[in-house]
Amino acid sequence: MKRRKFLRDTITGVVLPSFLQGISLKALAGTPFMHASHASLNDDRVLVLIQLAGGNDGLNTVIPFDQYSNYTAARPNIFLPQDKVLRLNGFDATAFNPALANMQQLFNDGKLGVVQAVSYPKPNFSHFRATDIWMTGSDSDKVVSSGWAGRFLNDVYPQFPDNFPNETMPDPLAIQVGAVVSTALQGPLFTMGMAISNPAGFYKLVEGKVNVNANSRWGEQLDYIELMSQKTDQYATVIKKAAQKVPTQSPDWPTAGKNPLADQLKIVSRLIAGGLKTKVYMVSTGSFDTHAKQTETDTTTGNHAKLLQRVSEAIGAFMNDLKFLQIEDRVMGMTFSEFGRRIKSNASGGTDHGAAAPVFYFGSAIKPGIIGSNPVIPETVTVNDNVPMQYDFRSLYASVLQNWFNMPVQEVQQILMGDFSLVPIV
Amino acid sequence: MVVPSVTASLKNYRGKWGRPEVTHLLKRTLFGAKKEDIDYFASKSLRHTIQQLLNTEEPIPAPPVNNYNDDKYTDEEIQPGVTWITAAKYNGMNGGRRRNSFKAWWTGCMLNQQRTLREKMVLFWHNHFATETNSVDNPTMIYKHNVLLRQYALGNFKTMVRAVTVDAAMLKYLNGNANTKKAPDENYGRELQELFTVGKGPGSHYTEADVKAAARVLTGFRIENKSLPDVHGLFDAGRHDESDKQFSAFYNNQIIKGRKGKEGEMELDELLDLIFQQPEVARFVCRKLYRFFVYHQIDEDTEKTIIEPLAHTFRRNNYEIKPVLEKLFTSRHFFDPGNRGGIIKSPVDFAVGLCREYSIPFPAEDSYVDQYGFWLNIQQTASQMQQNIGDPPNVAGWPAYYQEPMYDKSWISSDTLPKRTAFTDRMVNNGFARNGKKILIDPVVFTKQVSAPGDPNKLIDELAALLYAVELPVEEKQYMKTGILLQGLQGMASDHYWTDAWQKLQDKPDDAANTRNVTNKLKNLLKYMMSLPQYQLM
Repeated sequence: MKRRKFLRDTITGVVLPSFLQGISLKALAGTPFMHASHASLNDDRVLVLIQLAGGNDGLNTVIPFDQYSNYTAARPNIFLPQDKVLRLNGFDATAFNPALANMQQLFNDGKLGVVQAVSYPKPNFSHFRATDIWMTGSDSDKVVSSGWAGRFLNDVYPQFPDNFPNETMPDPLAIQVGAVVSTALQGPLFTMGMAISNPAGFYKLVEGKVNVNANSRWGEQLDYIELMSQKTDQYATVIKKAAQKVPTQSPDWPTAGKNPLADQLKIVSRLIAGGLKTKVYMVSTGSFDTHAKQTETDTTTGNHAKLLQRVSEAIGAFMNDLKFLQIEDRVMGMTFSEFGRRIKSNASGGTDHGAAAPVFYFGSAIKPGIIGSNPVIPETVTVNDNVPMQYDFRSLYASVLQNWFNMPVQEVQQILMGDFSLVPIV
Repeated sequence: MVVPSVTASLKNYRGKWGRPEVTHLLKRTLFGAKKEDIDYFASKSLRHTIQQLLNTEEPIPAPPVNNYNDDKYTDEEIQPGVTWITAAKYNGMNGGRRRNSFKAWWTGCMLNQQRTLREKMVLFWHNHFATETNSVDNPTMIYKHNVLLRQYALGNFKTMVRAVTVDAAMLKYLNGNANTKKAPDENYGRELQELFTVGKGPGSHYTEADVKAAARVLTGFRIENKSLPDVHGLFDAGRHDESDKQFSAFYNNQIIKGRKGKEGEMELDELLDLIFQQPEVARFVCRKLYRFFVYHQIDEDTEKTIIEPLAHTFRRNNYEIKPVLEKLFTSRHFFDPGNRGGIIKSPVDFAVGLCREYSIPFPAEDSYVDQYGFWLNIQQTASQMQQNIGDPPNVAGWPAYYQEPMYDKSWISSDTLPKRTAFTDRMVNNGFARNGKKILIDPVVFTKQVSAPGDPNKLIDELAALLYAVELPVEEKQYMKTGILLQGLQGMASDHYWTDAWQKLQDKPDDAANTRNVTNKLKNLLKYMMSLPQYQLM
């Protein structure tokens, strides 16, 4: 790590005292420089991105409680009963899907927040294109090949991958749980992330096991290659060591195999607690493409409820584990999905591709609450009605880069290829 | 999973002749099995396929050319683009350049191989009669030696041994040219027995005295190099030991009577007759063929039911190579599912095979500088993975073909495995570039070959069948689909997103965002597929 290594710390230690002359601390409160005063903390801050692939239905996730009759009229076949939705302390106008019990708890504890109606101008309705836009941080009509987090890591570690890993950065810059490193982690030239192909592969690595195929000729050869491949991954050893430093995790995790997102996040908390200096983790869970039958007749149950329950349970267990492992203050997380869904439900009991949707962010160091207002639901909706954007998704990225990772404004603008106003999430 | 034990029978294979069987045969007998070739042979019979692989008449490849003029050196004698095998002299400036030209050219021969076993056998024989260009030095001799291996690749083994024995490059490499009656040099006399014919197996009991006797038989051969293009081995009667040579009990205490004058050369034929009377010769070579083409381990059962009958075929056919290969490649044993995927690809199989399987176009001969440059890139890639053709580690060849207990596992190390994946990644991402030209995988072109590229399930099934010799776990294929092609969209209902994107690429190739999307997904898919351990097997 040559250049700045999140070195707003340096400003704290050396520059800040003189810099502060004549400026009251109060005036600085809430500005990036205040975060810089957490000198030693900043360098070990971590971002966990949770991708909800398929386009999550925002309106049945975060319910505009203040427009209940318009909401039920727009979604006669899938609306959630008024007496079942989860109410939020201090935010009477808004409620959560009944499946989000753990997240309701985190919200009420001040550890989770919502940004309403996040999107970008001229939203795209194709899964792949919209995903690329979120991953790369590009404008809707521009094709960019590098990812926003990849550009961020490239800015901090401009020499990567030459002479990496090294003493100052012995660990992967970013980790993706999943076989292919996401576009979000793609740098200008190289991918800045490494992939842990799946939880099973991770535990095999940590326990030094391979598939046992040895009772066939090819299987015996394959076992050998797998073993070598574990041994030779340049980061496999550090990951294994980090994992082995954390023999015990919180007892609240769901049983392995029950909740795929929880299985991924359980690896993430273990690696963070094991001391990896990795800055960005990316996990993913799919099936949010709920065109048909997104609920059962009891609309609190069914596919969408199951998906949300998974996310809520996983984030809840993750936060418990962070506390258990005493790394709560170092971690912030954020969900994202390539788009929301249409305001009006369709005749198949589902919702079609839409525009803006809420983003959840969480962590013990975040600024909780609900940012933005409930989407306005017209009295009569047509199939073309979409939730309009309130916040550009890149404003969230800018806020994380500037206020969580303490990147200088100019560099944030370079990384995001534009000037996006900050959102007070952290 | 229940794995059936491997059928230990050389009886004719009469089972199914479908794409998996063709693919298995081609992966072993060619460098990589490309779809075009699989389609071609799948429409023929096994019998026809073997006939074509073994008996197709092939022209000798055009010789290597001067591709090597650069800002430091211009070959005054050989014009650029013209072959240097006719050059009257070589020196320190052009020797190394010609050796590189030779290695590039040889790699080109493999890349452009026809549907025959020839090039694979050239590599087999190079490993068997190993020589090193570093030590032979003279590029003309090196080229001629390679021509010889190609000439006899599918010919008569005994005749080949004779030709190799008096080949200039071999005379130089194993000091045959320094072996005289005054100062006998045992080097070739030893390796002829230990490495080229009777070997060191349990049935081989030649003695040190036999080494000395053979060396004396071989005295007199030297390199005639009055004219570089005509450089060759020659029997020089004045240097020959004319006394009788006594061999051990292993060779039935035979004596090769010393012959005088020109007739001294005939002692070589008598020596080969004596050696080839030993059944161990055929066994030794058949074991090597088995390890090269089937599997590294030879247990007692394999020795009895496969090696011994093959060796018998070899002897009965007076050491003709084709009948042995035909027997092996039409056997139940070879096609047994338990034998598929059991070999770890050699670096040459890996690097050359990749280029062929993806039908990567190389520049034509009118762009010979770039053509040779790219060929050399592939050669050097294999070299970095520890198989530098022309320069095996020593006269025993590469340990992967003989060294217990690792055999082909020794290709895979903490150094070479990451290089293999770096190469597959590179060939998908940027490939190699020179003078505005590139060699790399075109994922869209490659994908278009399969029967239904728009169907993600079929696409993955068919790509897996092309790229792997073994079946992938279902979960792995599922992962490729949802994790890579569909980017997390799950369930049967989501397949159409890939179908739509693929279709759009056909309908609107100008849609940059969609093209990028489809291309990137295919790139990710191919990179992932080739990073799996299964891709190392053939």
